[in-house]
Amino acid sequence: MSFFEMPTPAAARRLFLARSGVVLSGAAVALLAGNEALAAKSGGKAGDVRILNTALGLEFEGIAAYQVGAESNLLQKPVLDLAVTFQGHHKEHADVLAKTIQKLGGKPVSAKAKYNFPVDQLKSQTDVLKFAAKLEQGAVSAYLGAVPLFGNRDLAKAAASILGDEAMHWAVLRQALGEAPVPVAFVS
Amino acid sequence: MLARLLAGLTAALAAGAAGAALQGDPKAGEEIYSRCLACHSLASDRVGPRHCGLFGRRAGSVKGFAYSDAMKRYKVVWNEKTLDRFLANPLKVVPGTDMTYAGVTDPKERADLIAYLKQANGSAECGK
Repeated sequence: MSFFEMPTPAAARRLFLARSGVVLSGAAVALLAGNEALAAKSGGKAGDVRILNTALGLEFEGIAAYQVGAESNLLQKPVLDLAVTFQGHHKEHADVLAKTIQKLGGKPVSAKAKYNFPVDQLKSQTDVLKFAAKLEQGAVSAYLGAVPLFGNRDLAKAAASILGDEAMHWAVLRQALGEAPVPVAFVS
Repeated sequence: MLARLLAGLTAALAAGAAGAALQGDPKAGEEIYSRCLACHSLASDRVGPRHCGLFGRRAGSVKGFAYSDAMKRYKVVWNEKTLDRFLANPLKVVPGTDMTYAGVTDPKERADLIAYLKQANGSAECGK
């Protein structure tokens, strides 16, 4: 049964969390924040911190974007619940990334006080979903472009774990838009 | 006579080099630009700087954008050639850049992306 065929939003959310979010976030936490040996193992530490900080900036922007969507009054349930769930994932990613940067001796970037989203172009639920889908698609590409750069392979693995989560977000948003959820065999 | 021959040869070589340059397809480039959308947009500064006004702009020069020191020191003006070089491997060309992205390794994809960016720079969105 798909997410959108569940009888209630709560059931759909439970299904989604059971299938992806909690497991993924747990893995990410174990890989990153829970790994005390990480800092010692990290090769190319300054470079890794830079990559993680760019990812953190991206996650902060994703959190803010979903907040705009949630507060727009354009999203109806269960899509609203979906947006809040996805925002929660981005918060978990950001939390883990920030903790890892600190473990590596770096200083995590902060969220911006203001983001310039194209709010004047968001007139309907479809507009919001398209906007979110574009961001998630971009996030997949951004993580894909970052994974091979890490000096520390554990960090590359953890970034790939986040990439998988972002790809699921993108697919579900495409499904919600009535588009093929997984249009191609490879992401780029 | 020799000078004229050399001049002709130089011109022929230059024409050959230009002919070998990849022609970018802006439509295909728009699709490739979707990879950039987590961090960039045309008209707004986000995790990365805006792309409106990119061509002819000095690297690291968008007012108010928090560039890495490496990008601030990278003294090039963005054009087809400098973008092609940078986009192929950003961290190799500008070590220390915050654009922690492995790059667009396919020359045709870079040509398409640059063609799109050039077209977009002339669009209404960039003309606001």
